[in-house]
Amino acid sequence: MFRVDAGSGVPIYRQLVQQVRRDVMLGRLRPGDQLPSVKEVVDSLSVNPNTVVKAFGELEHQGIIVRRQGVGTFVAAAPSMASPLVAPKLLGSLARWVETARRDGLSAEQIRMLLDVALDDPARRDDRHAADGAA
Amino acid sequence: MSAALRCAGLGHRYGRHLWGLRDCNLDVPTGRVVALVGPNGSGKTTLMSMAAGLLPVTTGTVQAAGGAPAQRLDRIGFVAQDAPLWPRLRVADVLDIGRCMNRAFDTVMAADRIRGLGIRPRARIGALSGGERAQVALTLVLAKKPELFLLDEPMANLDPLARREFLGSMFEACSQAGATVLYSSHAVAELERICDYLIVLRAGQVRLAGDIDELRQRHRVIRGPDGWPDGGGWQVISQRSMAGQTIALVRCGNHCVPGPGLEAGAPAFDELVLGYLDGDAARLPEEVPA
Repeated sequence: MFRVDAGSGVPIYRQLVQQVRRDVMLGRLRPGDQLPSVKEVVDSLSVNPNTVVKAFGELEHQGIIVRRQGVGTFVAAAPSMASPLVAPKLLGSLARWVETARRDGLSAEQIRMLLDVALDDPARRDDRHAADGAA
Repeated sequence: MSAALRCAGLGHRYGRHLWGLRDCNLDVPTGRVVALVGPNGSGKTTLMSMAAGLLPVTTGTVQAAGGAPAQRLDRIGFVAQDAPLWPRLRVADVLDIGRCMNRAFDTVMAADRIRGLGIRPRARIGALSGGERAQVALTLVLAKKPELFLLDEPMANLDPLARREFLGSMFEACSQAGATVLYSSHAVAELERICDYLIVLRAGQVRLAGDIDELRQRHRVIRGPDGWPDGGGWQVISQRSMAGQTIALVRCGNHCVPGPGLEAGAPAFDELVLGYLDGDAARLPEEVPA
């Protein structure tokens, strides 16, 4: 379930954290699902066990996973992430939006830039908060 | 946490004038996998040899696996570069010697590992390939079950599958027994996966030592129009200029806020290592506390 891109500039433990968070958000990992053991991750990726322990520690601290001594590591009952019910629906509409953007001739890089701009644009963020307040 | 390797003012001088290593201060916590990086002749092997008790100390002190190396030989496992073993001996003889000379030697594990690798116990060391010879040496050191592994370019002769297999065994020794590994290599690209602690040596001196994630947080790669590196709350480690732009690795103080027009990010692992290998030696900090 894990992949590591050494040399990407993102620390390896953070790559592991992000992959679990993403899978939980998308509902690929559900509350109560068991994660692989540290040893399994170490063997499949050839990464340092301290790195995997650090990633699991970080995920536990974030309330995404729970570790039960002697049993294993599991996705928490209510992981502190965006609602897993909403995310797949949003992903569907985003996929359609991306399809439109591609048809209009935008490259993957340009699409990412648009998304970054939309996320970082303070004016829009205020709009959204205002809309939240009104709703 | 106790230190697996502690050096204070450690130095070794070859002959009258040539310092292989000088004024080396290190405090490597137990359980870490340490990348030991530096150009040829920078002191990696000298440091490992002193930690293994094989080379006398000229100045300072070294403690390995909790004591003076000479008193801790059964807890230290050293594999020298190119895995030197007697070429006339058979593989089984080498394992026998390992068993006789080490109290806690895991004979079963050693025999299983050699069989699993498809190496004939009757074969003479001199008839093995470089990779097979390395595997025999690594099997010896794994079966010894040391607290401190000193591995001088251990995977240089291994193919990719053998690398993965050896790393699995080494990581198991770390997580099961809490062993510490000092691991020297020139293959910077693979060190990021393997190690969580970094020591950069250059010209016989420690230039950088510490937890890799913490080191990355304390450094920045900054890019901007030529001339920007002068001034600012940072120390420039290395810099390059191209087409009017300067890109540099800098070490930050507590606050490091690049001015307008500068792009800054945390360095990738190889940018950090290469920055310290590449930088103007005169400019480098004498020593960075771990």
